[in-house]
Amino acid sequence: MIWNREAECMSAEDMSELQLQRLQAVVKRAYEYVPYYKKRFNDLNIGPEHIETLDDIEKLPFTSKTDLRDAYPFGMFAVPIDEIVEVHTTSGTTGKPTVSGYTEEDLDIWGEVMARALTMTGVHKSDKIQNSYGYGLFTGGMGVHYGGQKIGATVIPISAGNTMRQLEIMQDFETTVLTCTPSYGLYLAEVAENEGIDTGKLKLKAGCFGAEMWTEEMRQELEKRLNISAQNIYGLTEIIGPGVAMECSIKKGLHIFEDHFYPEIIDPQTMKQVSDGENGELVLTTLTREGMPVIRFRTRDITALNRDICECGRTQVKMDRITGRSDDMLKIRGVIVFPSQIEKALLKIDGLEPQYQIIVTRPHHLDEIEVMVETSPALFSDEVKHVEEIKKNIEIKIHNEIGLRVNISLVEPKSLPRSEGKAVRVIDKRNL
Amino acid sequence: MKLKQISVFLENRKGRLWKALNILSLAKINIRALSIADTSEFGILRIIVPEPELAKHILEDANFVVKVNDVIAVSISDEPGGLDSVLEALNMLDINVEYLYAFVEKKGKNAIVIIRTEDIDAGINALEKGGVTVLSSEEVYSL
Repeated sequence: MIWNREAECMSAEDMSELQLQRLQAVVKRAYEYVPYYKKRFNDLNIGPEHIETLDDIEKLPFTSKTDLRDAYPFGMFAVPIDEIVEVHTTSGTTGKPTVSGYTEEDLDIWGEVMARALTMTGVHKSDKIQNSYGYGLFTGGMGVHYGGQKIGATVIPISAGNTMRQLEIMQDFETTVLTCTPSYGLYLAEVAENEGIDTGKLKLKAGCFGAEMWTEEMRQELEKRLNISAQNIYGLTEIIGPGVAMECSIKKGLHIFEDHFYPEIIDPQTMKQVSDGENGELVLTTLTREGMPVIRFRTRDITALNRDICECGRTQVKMDRITGRSDDMLKIRGVIVFPSQIEKALLKIDGLEPQYQIIVTRPHHLDEIEVMVETSPALFSDEVKHVEEIKKNIEIKIHNEIGLRVNISLVEPKSLPRSEGKAVRVIDKRNL
Repeated sequence: MKLKQISVFLENRKGRLWKALNILSLAKINIRALSIADTSEFGILRIIVPEPELAKHILEDANFVVKVNDVIAVSISDEPGGLDSVLEALNMLDINVEYLYAFVEKKGKNAIVIIRTEDIDAGINALEKGGVTVLSSEEVYSL
């Protein structure tokens, strides 16, 4: 099933033409209505008239997360606030969140791309979607909601959490499609098994999983344990939310809805575009957003583009599963964490050596962080209870900084590996 | 009448206790008394040695975290009820014991108990009032 055959199966030539028209229009809008872009373009002596071909996009400046944050709350909006009908934000763990503003037309586009995405998992009018993404400022809940309703399916807006209720509703309402993070999907499967629920008897047929990095092994696990087709969705709040790209039933990459989001892959060192098939950082430009056009947003996600013909019949460019980050950002249980935040918390403790290592694991499908800290005379005592108090204090300081519980392991001085240049601060054992 | 005790942080890893003791052995430092507090995540080695400052330095040179603090050593008769009288003396004056460990003298007549109270001076005071023999460092080292 293809939701919008005209757009999704467009010839490469027609697509390029459409993209160029839309790029020229969005650059003009950004230049005219967003003071930030006017200044950036003027500084580089470029204007909308310099975009004559799609390759000219390389003349345009990049937009970083910091740029968006500096414009907090509404500085990136290209329309008066009267025209904005909804806002969402990122979680804002590293400072102020970034705000995304949507006009009515933007919500329509969001519903459209999400309808395409859900259709790829086989969603039809008769389906019942259990939407276990969080509702609220987070984009996950509303994105699936709009897409599901556009198709005419029944959306169950259960939101995240309350696992027993999720399982009850899943059985009683005969849910056919599950949308949540892949790790929560596995957790649901585990709890269902422990509760003696025969997952083979559930009516589930597909799942649309995203909002965190996951692996092929996790897919196989989800498919086997929940007896579904598990497909990968990609998106980010800065661009629109979920629905930037989605894996079709062939499961060999995610089709980017490139009539709305123009993708480039760059080498994060040289900042130049790389060829198709080569790994690099995904950069996205919104081609149709009215409320908040974003030019060349550096996602920091590492992937590669692939323009081979897809067996599903769609012609839109595909990207690989995200394999990493071009910065040191970690996503732990869906929460963004930078090692620098943990370092900041550690530096608040007198006498602590700023030598640490973060170990991330996923023992039972849920992420765990262990922070190894070197002891020093200031952190040591002949009494066990004092050492434990010190450990607890470090745990609280980190919790206050990142909003997640961590386990502290005190290790002997000079026992953490020192490397020349950049220290290895993070060991991610999740195999993402 | 206070006695210096050395505490060493031990990571919960194979060979760490041996490493710490090996360093003392190579420096020919004789351990008079020893105890280990272990938790599921780390251990604390506590020792009484005749040269606490030297022991501290050589352990620190080997990257161990070391703390030197005061403890109390008392001598009790090595017979039933010996320790009871010590704890009774502390209890009378509401002194909390953080930890203690004991060893038997070579001659076998007395036992030595190392006691850590939160306030060492108050601990000594209570013990002396209760008629317990508090030992000096020299007395302990020469045992």
